Amino acid sequence: MQEILTAAFVLQTFRISIPYLLPSLGAVYSEKGGVVNIALEGMLLSGAFAAIIGIYYTGSVLTGIVCSLLAGIIVSILHGLITITFKANQIVSGIALNIFAFGITKFFCKLIFGSSSNSPRVIGLESWGLPFNPFLLICVLILIITVFAINRTKFGLRLKAVGQNPEAADSLGISVSKMRYMGVIISGALAGLGGAWLALDQHSFTDGMSAGRGYIALAAMIIGKWKPTGAALACLLFGLAESFTLQFQSSGVPTQFIQMLPYLLTIIVLAGFIGKATPPAADGIPYEKKD
Amino acid sequence: MREQTANSVSVQLIDIVKSFQAGYNANDHVNFSAYPGEIHALIGENGAGKSTLMNILYGMYQADSGKILINGKEAKFRSPADAIKLGVGMVHQHFMLVNTFSVLENIILGDEDTFRFDVIDMKRSKQKVIELKKSFEINVELDDISGGLAVGIQQKIEILKLLYRNAEIMILDEPTAILTPQETEELFKTLAELKNSGKTIILITHKLGEVLAISDRVTVLRRGKVTGILKTNQTSSNELAKMITGRSIESQVIKKSAGGEKIILEVNDLYINNDRGSLAINGISLIIKEGEIFGIAGVEGNGQEELAEAICGLRKISKGTINIAGIDDFKKSIAHIPANRHKYGIVKEFTLEENLILGREKEENFSNGWILNNKKINEFSEVIIEEYDIRPENSKALMEGLSGGNQQKAVAAREMTKNSDLVVISHPTRGLDILASEFVHRTILEESKKGKAILLISSDLSELLKLSDKIAVMYNGRITGELDPKSTNENEIGEYMTGLKSNKR
Amino acid sequence: MNKITKYIYSAAGPILSIIISLIFGAVLIALIGKNPIDIYTKMFSDTIGNSYGFGQVMFKSTTLIFTGLAAAFAFKAGLFNIGAEGQLTIGAFASAWVGITFVNFPWQIIIPLSLLAAFIGGAFWAGIAGYLKARFGSHEVINTIMLNFIAMALVSYIVNNIYLVPATIHTPEISPESVLLRFDILTGMFKGSPFNLSFPIAIGACILMYLIINKSVLGYRIRTYGFNPFAAEYAKMKSGRIILWSMAVSGGLAGLGGLNFVNGYKHYFELGLSENAGYIGIAVALIARNNPFAIIPVSIFFGILEYGGLTVNTLVPKEIVTIMQGIIILLIIAVTKIFEKKFKVKTV
Repeated sequence: MQEILTAAFVLQTFRISIPYLLPSLGAVYSEKGGVVNIALEGMLLSGAFAAIIGIYYTGSVLTGIVCSLLAGIIVSILHGLITITFKANQIVSGIALNIFAFGITKFFCKLIFGSSSNSPRVIGLESWGLPFNPFLLICVLILIITVFAINRTKFGLRLKAVGQNPEAADSLGISVSKMRYMGVIISGALAGLGGAWLALDQHSFTDGMSAGRGYIALAAMIIGKWKPTGAALACLLFGLAESFTLQFQSSGVPTQFIQMLPYLLTIIVLAGFIGKATPPAADGIPYEKKD
Repeated sequence: MREQTANSVSVQLIDIVKSFQAGYNANDHVNFSAYPGEIHALIGENGAGKSTLMNILYGMYQADSGKILINGKEAKFRSPADAIKLGVGMVHQHFMLVNTFSVLENIILGDEDTFRFDVIDMKRSKQKVIELKKSFEINVELDDISGGLAVGIQQKIEILKLLYRNAEIMILDEPTAILTPQETEELFKTLAELKNSGKTIILITHKLGEVLAISDRVTVLRRGKVTGILKTNQTSSNELAKMITGRSIESQVIKKSAGGEKIILEVNDLYINNDRGSLAINGISLIIKEGEIFGIAGVEGNGQEELAEAICGLRKISKGTINIAGIDDFKKSIAHIPANRHKYGIVKEFTLEENLILGREKEENFSNGWILNNKKINEFSEVIIEEYDIRPENSKALMEGLSGGNQQKAVAAREMTKNSDLVVISHPTRGLDILASEFVHRTILEESKKGKAILLISSDLSELLKLSDKIAVMYNGRITGELDPKSTNENEIGEYMTGLKSNKR
Repeated sequence: MNKITKYIYSAAGPILSIIISLIFGAVLIALIGKNPIDIYTKMFSDTIGNSYGFGQVMFKSTTLIFTGLAAAFAFKAGLFNIGAEGQLTIGAFASAWVGITFVNFPWQIIIPLSLLAAFIGGAFWAGIAGYLKARFGSHEVINTIMLNFIAMALVSYIVNNIYLVPATIHTPEISPESVLLRFDILTGMFKGSPFNLSFPIAIGACILMYLIINKSVLGYRIRTYGFNPFAAEYAKMKSGRIILWSMAVSGGLAGLGGLNFVNGYKHYFELGLSENAGYIGIAVALIARNNPFAIIPVSIFFGILEYGGLTVNTLVPKEIVTIMQGIIILLIIAVTKIFEKKFKVKTV
């Protein structure tokens, strides 16, 4: 047992969990506002690519991170445009954006680096003398802010209102579109940031490097019952499980079964075996004003 | 018009025109005004333009032309937010509550007190609401979750929402439609409080009794036009009725000789739960014989729908029995014209002929159990179109393209031609024009002459008086009165409907 | 509105979307410094301009017909099956397993058996999501996504631990009797392309879907439930059964798509063979407006795109096609909504 609880193990768990955590918190914002965000995967991937581009051209990690935020936001604005402004199907839009992001990152990877499968190595984050990645602090901060924003602020109350009963919010003069855009854009920014973490961790971009993490983030949010703390705990759980298999690769538990864990858990939670998991009432439904 | 100084008028709508479809004005040059400290009733039939007018005042719709004056100043409302700012608030017929929120959260939503960083100051908000509760004697628990609360309480939340926003002009859209009489009484008390504190109350309703009971003035709309502005204490229900319909109501009774002796439907000591799990039907027994039309009157929400659904096998019974002659598995083939035909009765994306076999697709005529017999279905449809005079005369026409009247004819045709001795009908003429209504009435009478037993649920009392052989009145899940249509009248039925009278138990 | 104008409105959206995405693609090509017209011409002539290319296109589109039908069938019931990817994988593996296990059977038995296995494999996998929806009301979208990943992991485990050919990521070959022959062997046409007998099976599936949906009692009920679940309830249709059947048939159709790769092309099961065909199938169904016959040309169009990307890969990254696919889907759903609003036409 002792050898499990080494600092290295804990850090590894965090390292694995963060790219789940950030988009998962993003999903909370988006879905609380009533927009299903399957495009997290694409936002994560775009964020990772943009981060590398930023660092590659400027040599500055900070620029890379800003680029990743922007990339996530751009994809999220597209998602908002299609689903909030044009009121088209949120799931299809998400799938299409994932396909689009997969294609466009590879395309520009080829265009810029001459290979569509990976970029050259770039510098990563300095440690600033800390024993762990300083990025971690930012993530913890984001979690705290999210819990606070969703539960205690005017923004959170209104966001939840447009996700539960947009008509009621509208009748009180709250702009449903504006709130939903805010939710989706924040989710894009966070997913993009998650991508930056991935890219910095690996010091390069490889095609499809998000590798389903966007979907795991979505799963974590569901297991966490659409709550930021719940989502964070679920992400940590997944990170722990993966970290565990890495540690004990010869333990006999096939990695594939650990990989299945988040997905199986999601199905079980959705079926209502572990308490009731109810999404926001208007989640996934475009708001169309009656007239 | 009366002499009034401009300042004392709180609401003035001048020459409002609003049209949703070319050639027909939902509001046709409407003038309306209301004063602080009055309860002003806005009455008229369905589709007379009441809700449209008030939605314009609340900023939900924008008028095509005309002016809105609030406290004498012209106002332009592009959204409810604009109206709220000028003190106009509305309680919608369908409540606008976030079910998962607490009562307090619902009240403050959109107008939250905050600290720095937009953090909500719950304490301050709560204090405010508690004071409002006190001064208007409105009793609700602020920490309850709104979703599970009774409709009467939800309505109180809606009223508190308006008070919290300092609304001086309060519009209530059919506020008593789904309230129990006790809840209605409480509401009226609250409205009186509000009036005394100088608020302008506009009450949209089509219940004349209420108008006479609590309003100070009445504006009557018919087909988008104002047909009268009256002081309540100088008018009568007869006069108002005339203005509403354009004719005086005389319920014409087309009676036929009563039916046979064979019992078709026998309901015995029935108890049923509603969707929320509380009792909707609280011990009902009734018998309908062949050829009989059994009318059920009542304020909506007193258990009528649950009764119909239970008889048709769409709802579980908690206690008691339902026996239907000649049908062992009665769930299969009860003819049923549902109250909400758009939601239940039709598939608007289907063609007319596809709609005519809804629920009957496995009948021998229309399939062999697996494969549809499209030729037979089409033949059936052609016959029905002819017999029921459905327009357009095209079996392949999409249902959504048909008028409400023709849709209802199709539903009626499908159900009446079912092999079922019992027909359950809910609100058959709601939203239909006079011609279509007449047609539906004739059809119901003809079917009963053929020997079918008919259970007719309606809130249109003249319809019930015209068609029924017996009328039972439902109140709070019970039958409180059984009346003979030949010897009763709307007023008497009304007394049973509101629980004032009871001739049972 | 008469039928013809309705068809024009229905077709206008997809065509407009395709044109815009071609323009977007042209911009990207120009960005690389190539002439878009040259590239598009090459794409066109190398795909449908010669018989090998056309065979390749038809091979790619065969899978898409199956996954397109899968999405469309579920859509008819108002359900959203985005699990075709996983269902295809399970179906493909089931068929491969039959081919590997029953080596001594003649083709008259093993081919129908493979078909059945592919269908049942996919049907079972989608049926899980159907059951969960019918029984617990859990949303099929999330569950089918989750089942996609579970399918991948499961099959990866089985292939890596039980059926692996060392140094590869695929199983041993299936018995020659279970092979669906290529057209070039049968007819001499489409020289060397993997276009095979799965295609007529796909056409058969289109006809079958048409018959089930439009001519059968089950289809009538599926459509009723899809358009108006309340009306289905009023008409006493058993919604649980409709959901389960719709999902199962939908998954079965996706599962059959596995035949094209396993029995028609490689003759073994390989990890990652679905290559997004499950997701593209959704686009196919959307553009074809769930019409089983329209799915055929739309699949061929996407087949042209996919193989076209490969033909120009030396000049332009083939991902340009992936980008265009994404854009087409985005535009179609947006344009359809705009049309509905502007012209008040209901299209899907």
